[in-house]
Amino acid sequence: MLNLILIGFAASAIAPFIYKPLKNYFGWIAASFPLYIFISFLSKYNQIADGNIIKESVEWIPSLGINFTFLLDGLSLTFVLIITLIGVVVFLYAGAYMKDYDHADRFFVYIGIFMTSMVGMVISDNMITLFVFWELTSISSYLLIGFNHHKEKSRKYALQALLVTGGGGLALMAGFILLSQISGSLEISSLYYLNENIRNAPTYSAIVILILIGAFTKSAQFPFHFWLPNAMEAPTPVSAYLHSATMVKAGIYLIARMNHLLGGTALWQDTILIIGAITMLFAAILAFNQMDLKKLLAYSTLSVLGTLTMLLGIGSKLAIKAFFIYIIAHSLYKGTLFLVAGILDHETGTRDVSKLSGLRKYLPITMVTAALASFSMMGIIPLVGFIGKETVYSAILELDYWGLFLLSIAVIANALIVMITILVGFKPFWGKLLSTPKEAHEAPIKMWLGPLALAVLGLLMGIFPNVFIGRLLDQSAISIISEKLELTIKLWHGFNFVLLMSFVTLSLGVGIYYFRTKILHIIQNLKIKKVFKPSEWYEFLLNGMMSFAKFQTKVLQNGYLRNYIIFVLVTAVSLASLALFKVENLFRITPDFSITFYEGAIALIIIISTFFVITSDSRLKSIVGIGVVGFVMGIIFIIHSAPDLALTTFAIETLTVILFVLVLYKLPKFLRFSKPMNKFRDIIIASGVGLFMTFMVLYITSIDLSSELKKFYTDTSVPGGKGRNVVNVILVDFRAIDTLGEITVLAIAAIGVYALLKLKLDDRSK
Amino acid sequence: MFSVILSTASRYLLPLLLIFSFFLLLRGHNEPGGGFVGGLVAAAAYALYFIANGVYEAEKLLKAEPIKIISLGLLIAILSTIPSIINGQNFMTGVWLDINFPVIGKIGTPLLFDVGVYLLVLGIALKIIFSLAEEDR
Repeated sequence: MLNLILIGFAASAIAPFIYKPLKNYFGWIAASFPLYIFISFLSKYNQIADGNIIKESVEWIPSLGINFTFLLDGLSLTFVLIITLIGVVVFLYAGAYMKDYDHADRFFVYIGIFMTSMVGMVISDNMITLFVFWELTSISSYLLIGFNHHKEKSRKYALQALLVTGGGGLALMAGFILLSQISGSLEISSLYYLNENIRNAPTYSAIVILILIGAFTKSAQFPFHFWLPNAMEAPTPVSAYLHSATMVKAGIYLIARMNHLLGGTALWQDTILIIGAITMLFAAILAFNQMDLKKLLAYSTLSVLGTLTMLLGIGSKLAIKAFFIYIIAHSLYKGTLFLVAGILDHETGTRDVSKLSGLRKYLPITMVTAALASFSMMGIIPLVGFIGKETVYSAILELDYWGLFLLSIAVIANALIVMITILVGFKPFWGKLLSTPKEAHEAPIKMWLGPLALAVLGLLMGIFPNVFIGRLLDQSAISIISEKLELTIKLWHGFNFVLLMSFVTLSLGVGIYYFRTKILHIIQNLKIKKVFKPSEWYEFLLNGMMSFAKFQTKVLQNGYLRNYIIFVLVTAVSLASLALFKVENLFRITPDFSITFYEGAIALIIIISTFFVITSDSRLKSIVGIGVVGFVMGIIFIIHSAPDLALTTFAIETLTVILFVLVLYKLPKFLRFSKPMNKFRDIIIASGVGLFMTFMVLYITSIDLSSELKKFYTDTSVPGGKGRNVVNVILVDFRAIDTLGEITVLAIAAIGVYALLKLKLDDRSK
Repeated sequence: MFSVILSTASRYLLPLLLIFSFFLLLRGHNEPGGGFVGGLVAAAAYALYFIANGVYEAEKLLKAEPIKIISLGLLIAILSTIPSIINGQNFMTGVWLDINFPVIGKIGTPLLFDVGVYLLVLGIALKIIFSLAEEDR
């Protein structure tokens, strides 16, 4: 399976090179790539359906327990098949849809990376690997939402989606780490049997909350739902793929996957149930005053995501069954409808439902596709959506306490979805023809073939549910709840209460549609206070963070070198002195104060030249003074038999003086900038640093320096490093990685210096 | 301020200083020296030439862009880590040839690494000096 992932990333990388020469056929070529992955996984279908689990492991960082462990069971196979199947359709569609965009080749890179990471995520068994793929989907989603990066809105909402899901990702990471600390293992499947231990762990509630934040942000559950409708700024294939069929289901996948480990407590089940139910209802209500096709679909997606979350919260056998049927049905019809919305946008030039009407003659195939998908979305027999909704209702009804209450919420939410469906799937095609910005005509085959296939698949699945869903259903359910269950799936359950509810939903939905305009008037007069909008909380937090960043940059990075030095010195010295003065018995041995003649002379030279530096009235003199201090330091190194250091010091001092001279005559005339107050401050800081260093040196000379390390290096230098110069052997052999890091930093610094100087040059030339 | 004496002297000093910097680089493993100091000395040699003959001449003499010297140095340093990986040893373990060459002495990846450091330090010092000096023109 690792091979498939690697092939995926490689294929994404070469996409631009194929795109340019073969632009007109690229849709077909691109679609073959998800198709290949789809078929590869489909070939494992029988194995999985028979109750086997395929596991593969490739070592990555075994010392930390981080490996590419892939696990294919019912749950992951279901997701992989959805991801790749919708992928085939979307890739083909995008080949035509993206043609007029600039840099469409990049689009295929991003979406290829996305699909591969999404597949990688659902088959990962290792939490860290899962997290890496999880973040990759967030990043590729960011790139895709912001694909029209010349639009400010695109950039803004791409960032919003990234910050929300990325923030959730951090929480998820923390949750994973806490979880792995309980058992010491990062493999999810190895934790299946530890549910008891995990539930009793003191960190259990923290784990649940952190992981749920991760899942809720990704799947846009209340109160993190706002990023999803905003993400509709993305090109339509992206909305169809990421923001309805696949990525937003990642959070739900995670909850399902973690159910074995964390499930069974009130905290877990009730949180999921309540948040899911809230999202289900409110998202459907929020859709009410939308006019944009994609926004309408986005809110209905939110509502469905809420329903799916709620089903996991219920957690009964029937609920899990409903979960799977509903997730498959939703991916099929919602992907299709998004693509239909894209076709309408592409072929008529508008996405505003109020401007679209009577197009059935111009887009007949699209009309049929839309109708099929819409019937599924509304839950009309014999489409798979019908089975989905029936099972959802019966799962809710099973709840003895809240059942009827939840059912009425679900009916209202679904009625609103019916209304949305009529608006999106029927209104544009029926009624009186309205003129559109572009003259309407049928879409090219690349664009209608995929959606039509998906819609027909929805019909077939409804008529033959056992063929398509039935076999895998048991195995999928075992991945979420451990009991083995004998689930049957059929289209017709007879005349019962649930069927009645389906009927009520439909008629309620149609009713709402007819009174929509009247209700809209009432709603528009209502003004919702900003405090109640989670998107405003996001804005508030973001603005707060930005102004704090500005504030602290102003204080800390104000552009005055002297202030930087003050900050660095004062922080370092005060922290280090705290540590130093905590040492008991600072001077165990009385320091040796006897000095030789040379040392005395050197000290005198240093003092004189320092005095010269601070009193001189010309920069050149100061620099010469500093140079003298440097060279004399070199002499100290020689006296104390450190020729390497001395050599380096001399070389550095020479170059420093040259550099200073070069900078020198670009600077303004030497003026006395310092006010007396500043001078006083500088004196205190300087003497503080000096005193600290003095104490430090005295302390170091008073402790025993014959460490093991010194002995090790001197002993192993010749046999191990084949060199007699211990300093150099340490630098290039024993601790060569440090050196490698340092020289890399140096190279980066050189580029930085160059860039800064270049920047100034450009400014001047303007 | 052009000085004939300095200019002429620098022409002869440059090769001498460069040889001295190579000497420092090669002896570094056993005696005081090494890639870092060697690189600095080489940079100082070019700096002297630049002071005497101006930045334009110095750049012409160097032929290569300093930034390329930096990249080359970093590349060599990183390449020197490959043999240890191929040998299956710990990362950056020194790999030596068992032959004693005249003048150079033993050859191994640490020496290669030191050559990388030498080039990198030379490149960085020159890049900064030349960038600062170029700005006047």
